[in-house]
Amino acid sequence: MSLRIVVTVKYVPDATGDRHFADDLTVDRDDVDGLLSELDEYAVEQALQISENSDDDVEITVLTVGPEDAKDALRKALSMGADKAIHVEDDDIHGTDAIGTSLVLAKAIEKAGYDLVISGMASTDGTMGVVPALLAERLGVPQVTLLSEVSVEDGTVKGRRDGDAASESLEASLPAVVSVTDQSGEARYPSFKGIMAAKKKPVESWDLSDLDLEAEEVGLEGAYTTVDGAAERPARTAGTIVKDEGEGGKQLAEFLAGQKFI
Amino acid sequence: MAEVLVYVDHVDGAVRKPTLELLTLARRIGEPVAVALGNGAGDTAAVLAEHGAVKVLTHEAAEYADYLVVPKVDALQAAHEAVSPAAVLVPSSAEGKEIAARLALRLGSGIITDAVDLEAGDEGPVATQSVFAASFTTKSRVSKGTPVITVKPNSAAVEAAPAAGAVEALSVSFSAQATGTKVTGRTPRESTGRPELTEAAIVVSGGRGVNGAENFAIIEALADSLGAAVGASRAAVDAGWYPHTNQVGQTGKSVSPQLYIANGISGAIQHRAGMQTSKTIVAVNKDAEAPIFDLVDYGVVGDLFDVVPALTEEIKTRKG
Ligand SMILES: Cc1cc2nc3c(=O)[nH]c(=O)nc-3n(C[C@H](O)[C@H](O)[C@H](O)COP(=O)(O)OP(=O)(O)OC[C@H]3O[C@@H](n4cnc5c(N)ncnc54)[C@H](O)[C@@H]3O)c2cc1C
Ligand SMILES: Cc1cc2nc3c(=O)[nH]c(=O)nc-3n(C[C@H](O)[C@H](O)[C@H](O)COP(=O)(O)OP(=O)(O)OC[C@H]3O[C@@H](n4cnc5c(N)ncnc54)[C@H](O)[C@@H]3O)c2cc1C
Repeated sequence: MSLRIVVTVKYVPDATGDRHFADDLTVDRDDVDGLLSELDEYAVEQALQISENSDDDVEITVLTVGPEDAKDALRKALSMGADKAIHVEDDDIHGTDAIGTSLVLAKAIEKAGYDLVISGMASTDGTMGVVPALLAERLGVPQVTLLSEVSVEDGTVKGRRDGDAASESLEASLPAVVSVTDQSGEARYPSFKGIMAAKKKPVESWDLSDLDLEAEEVGLEGAYTTVDGAAERPARTAGTIVKDEGEGGKQLAEFLAGQKFI
Repeated sequence: MAEVLVYVDHVDGAVRKPTLELLTLARRIGEPVAVALGNGAGDTAAVLAEHGAVKVLTHEAAEYADYLVVPKVDALQAAHEAVSPAAVLVPSSAEGKEIAARLALRLGSGIITDAVDLEAGDEGPVATQSVFAASFTTKSRVSKGTPVITVKPNSAAVEAAPAAGAVEALSVSFSAQATGTKVTGRTPRESTGRPELTEAAIVVSGGRGVNGAENFAIIEALADSLGAAVGASRAAVDAGWYPHTNQVGQTGKSVSPQLYIANGISGAIQHRAGMQTSKTIVAVNKDAEAPIFDLVDYGVVGDLFDVVPALTEEIKTRKG
């Protein structure tokens, strides 16, 4: 038996950098360093653990849709231990929204072949948290999402989803789409050996024609949503800051009372 | 006037506040038609009518509790067919976003998530989003299909607006995918008696500075003196001092209360992502250089073990 896992990983602008929009109201990627979305490291980690706990032959492919630099995200995932990578890159993809992104990813996943797709819970830029559900809908397979615990055995994926009202145990047959939260277990650091090995691992590049997609189906042109404006939030006016010299609690209470909170 | 579908988030018939906020927003763009599913769906009608629902479409079936997400998508799709609405609004919970996304795809529609405001526009509803850890505000709209929009809690004040609220049974036939993901067990969360974190008017949070699970008692005491919910930073959650369900931030809850009080929290970007839209922000931190102070309306540089209990005492005294 063999198990083919595709892990979707996104290349995002560093959240600790100065993120902003370009003139066409898409994310400006030129002025900020990019990296593998930290929440997707958890997805790579769970794929590696499923592989380590499996008697089957497991092949882990990492997949990204993004510009040239997005290869960095793939390299990072490969150095953690994934086997191979697919980079979907095409100028026409610029500005694609969630519906379009899920289309490109679903086509690539089908072309790659899969038994299990593992995604992060959300990207750290768009933070929509919808792509895994969209992939399940497109691929017509079960979604087993937002898991803080995941395991695969005998063609079945099981997991725990910690929701607002309850913690749920979930189960579905493969093929399936899984997403994992940052509660699923710390992601490993690439070892030196891993980094060296990653350099030799195959990275395939596909464009829209490889996926039988037309330019109009993606990008700003194909988008189902339109951004009409983006404005930087006005800086908050400087607040009052006091040093506690025994009266800090009382002073704060005074402030809260003045604001009618007490 | 055009109808607007509003997905009802309820627990056994008890409607959660974000749904009532959605009804308020829905009235800006049309006539709200509520869709309530699962156990107790029929019991939601009175409160929905009181808040503007002209119609309440209900459907009860075991599938909603026994399988993940998809049965609810099937039902909303049926409601969409029955009503042909001008928009579909869903509360921005983790599940709400997944339901909305799959529905949008089936309808050939765009989706906007985490709107913080909504208004009528010439080309359909215009959503305001607060992005990049709330450092930017964007205006967007759905340009294809029926707009599907999820809205964050606390995005509008709940307004009563009595309407007919006529209950109609929705007819739903479940898709082949509906039973794909089975819920094999469910452990309900124990209620603390405190307000729900995302819905609370006041949130009192503790971070690494609280330094131990047992010390969270002083954070809870302050919260209780204000009738507030308790939040925690990821550092406090990762240390096992407080449950993950109370985490505020990018991978926790996003809150937008009238008042947020951060105690022993440095204010990392991922924490700010979840609380920066709070109306009034207060922090207690012993480090005058902590980034959280860049956000505050009022800050106390000091030891939280001195300041917080003193504040709690003072609040109790003032409240008598
Ligand atoms: C600030 C901001 C707001 C946005 N708002 C909207 C909106 O309201 N509606 C809309 O349609 N689009 C929106 N977009 C565009 C949208 O973010 C992208 O199309 C995106 O790729 C999909 O959404 P996400 O990044 O939020 O992914 P999420 O749904 O949060 O991502 C979940 C997981 O999906 C996988 N994934 C997502 N994107 C990729 C990728 N490119 N390659 C590989 N794996 C991936 C990853 O595993 C990731 O962890 C927004 C973008 C930004 C930057
Ligand atoms: C992908 C990703 C997602 C993340 N998601 C989240 C998230 O959802 N929520 C979140 O909070 N973080 C999140 N983080 C973590 C975040 O980056 C920070 O590490 C975290 O917020 C720090 O928590 P803290 O402020 O409690 O701890 P610290 O940064 O260690 O700060 C503790 C503060 O307490 C102060 N202090 C110490 N003792 C006292 C005292 N006695 N009295 C007063 N002050 C005191 C210190 O001066 C310091 O400022 C995420 C990180 C990543 C990479």
